[in-house]
Amino acid sequence: MGEVALRGFGWRHAGRKAWAVRGVDLRIAHGERVLLLGPSGAGKSTLLAALAGLLPEDSGEAEGTVEIDGLDPRKARERVGIVFQDPETQLVMSRSGDDVAFGLENRGVPAGEIWPRVDEALHRVGFGYGRDRPTGALSGGEQQRLALAGTLALRPGLLLLDEPTANLDPAGAALIRGAVTRALGDDTTLIIVEHRVAEALTLVDRVVVLEPGGGVRADGPPGAVFAAHGDRLADEGVWVPGHPVAPRQARTGPGETLVRATAVTLRDRLGPATLTARAGEALAVTGPNGAGKSTLALLLGGLLKPTSGTIEAAPGGSPHRWRAADLTARIGSVFQDPEHQFVTHRVADELALGPRRLGRPEAEVGRTVDDLLDRLRLAKLAGANPHTLSGGEARRLSVATALATAPRLLVLDEPTFGQDRRTWIELIDLLARLRDDGHGIVAVTHDEDFVAALADSVHRLARAA
Amino acid sequence: MTLTLPTFEAGTALLARRNPVAKLAAALLFSAPLIATLDPLTPTLALAVELAVLPLFGMSYGALFRRAWPLALAAAGIVVTLVLFAAERTGATVATLGPFAVTTGVLVTALGMVLRIFAIALPGIMVFATTDPTDLADALVQNVRAPARFAIGALAAFRLVPLLGQEWQMLSLARRARGIDAGRNPLAKLRLFGSTAFALLVGALRRGGRLAVAMDARGFDAGTPRTYARRQVLGRADVALMVGAMLLSTAALTTSVLLGVFRPIIG
Repeated sequence: MGEVALRGFGWRHAGRKAWAVRGVDLRIAHGERVLLLGPSGAGKSTLLAALAGLLPEDSGEAEGTVEIDGLDPRKARERVGIVFQDPETQLVMSRSGDDVAFGLENRGVPAGEIWPRVDEALHRVGFGYGRDRPTGALSGGEQQRLALAGTLALRPGLLLLDEPTANLDPAGAALIRGAVTRALGDDTTLIIVEHRVAEALTLVDRVVVLEPGGGVRADGPPGAVFAAHGDRLADEGVWVPGHPVAPRQARTGPGETLVRATAVTLRDRLGPATLTARAGEALAVTGPNGAGKSTLALLLGGLLKPTSGTIEAAPGGSPHRWRAADLTARIGSVFQDPEHQFVTHRVADELALGPRRLGRPEAEVGRTVDDLLDRLRLAKLAGANPHTLSGGEARRLSVATALATAPRLLVLDEPTFGQDRRTWIELIDLLARLRDDGHGIVAVTHDEDFVAALADSVHRLARAA
Repeated sequence: MTLTLPTFEAGTALLARRNPVAKLAAALLFSAPLIATLDPLTPTLALAVELAVLPLFGMSYGALFRRAWPLALAAAGIVVTLVLFAAERTGATVATLGPFAVTTGVLVTALGMVLRIFAIALPGIMVFATTDPTDLADALVQNVRAPARFAIGALAAFRLVPLLGQEWQMLSLARRARGIDAGRNPLAKLRLFGSTAFALLVGALRRGGRLAVAMDARGFDAGTPRTYARRQVLGRADVALMVGAMLLSTAALTTSVLLGVFRPIIG
């Protein structure tokens, strides 16, 4: 059970010129644990979807063969389970136990066997609540554990994990790692896609690296693969262990105060917080989920009105009272989800929007746009639709849109979340340069590496009582 | 909004634990005949019955009020409309508002319509407030053979609804962060509302697509006959509820016919 054989496999999504994945020859035996790696765009997720039988024949063009236990994956769906990135869109039911039972019902498992199998699956992943626990009341990590239980309850011979920790904070990621370690039996084959290699290394005994142009670049035990290909993979954006990034220390001390928050609160979301954002300083705001970090970022960004306490910009009073266009000239906000901030249909228009609304002359707008396209490696994408960009491209664009109006203060919410190493380093360098040019940086983050590499000071929020 | 309030914790009350499909059918059987008449007496009797059985649904009068108050807005609208536009102004004049004569005839008609709105809507509100959506979907599939693809699919989509509220707030704030606000210009406000709504829709479709793939990955499209982890039974008590609802509604109508106040909506 759970044997995988690919011979010259390729897939091109309908309407695309480029092959998402091509020329892959691979055999994975029963019970093997494989980490599937490759730079962004190497086709890892497409390959997993193919193995899960989730690429309908009419949705693209296939090449070569792919087989699970000698069968077409579309006919072997009962033997394969897959867990995706986003826990929110994997849960179906409003009670946890019902959600695990969902797959069993679909497969026609007799009613009498369903609940024992649900309980067993919940136990295997270490789910800490009863069956009646509302799925909406679970944290991201707990939801992802539940999604794993829902898949394991079906007893797949082949388990596929598509970046299962990418949308989780470090505590949630640890929950999932623990659950997979705990739950996986010897008779299950595992293929995991994860660009944070350290997250997966304890789970696997074999690493396969896909080549972006097609084919397999490397295949073997983790030690051997990383010894031979580690440096190149790290340069291409994979988080290979043992490739630390040097900290970017501030060249000058902090300058004048840009925004000061005094005992600021927001009902049900943030307890009293006092902090100061200064020019030439990178301030990291950390703390557990539910402490109100994102809320604090919105308050500092002049986007929400505080319930009590004050936010004072020097000069100019309370930012939440300013007109939106004036706000963008003083404080730039970068949201966790870049797509929330895209409002036009072209990358170049997206960059021109802010300066235009400030009434800057068209020649100056053009210069700003060209400069940013260049600095953030977006020039080739100037005409593309922002919603079609990859995760790294979308992040760079969302930062660039905030920079277009040249605000002194930049407030970022989890800027490095889910980014590959390459985009991560670019972001650190960009923010370090901005800081050294006298901008103030406030970043809400869970990312300890980011704090170590960039932050000049750290403000830790406690969970509101 | 009635729909987005959490299900009322009514679990064990006599009528609350009836089969969801039976409860829904009972609400329809009780409400539908009330449409036939315009007199104020029939809906008054119906309301009396509804308020009398409310405790059997394990619901407090306060909880009912919290869900039903938006109906008062509709009722106010009806009173205003009738005062302004009623063609028949029979009976004695009670007051004169400029060119509009408010007569007893107008007031009786308005009262009848307001009572009808409440009498027809309350059973539905009571049923939805005391029914778990999961149980309703289960019962629709198991007891009336609704397609599982539809019922369970709608249930899964329903679970994502609360997310839309958070999403709307983030999209609005993100627009302000991009330098877009409407100020006092109503046209700009409308445009901003439209563009935010469109972004919300695009996001919802994407999320729906991902959810559909995840459901299929767990065999939702497998085509094997589904089994049911949770059984919904349609028993004698459920049939009694439906029959009772129909009888009570008929009784209210009969009373109004016998008392000669029955005013059929047609004719």
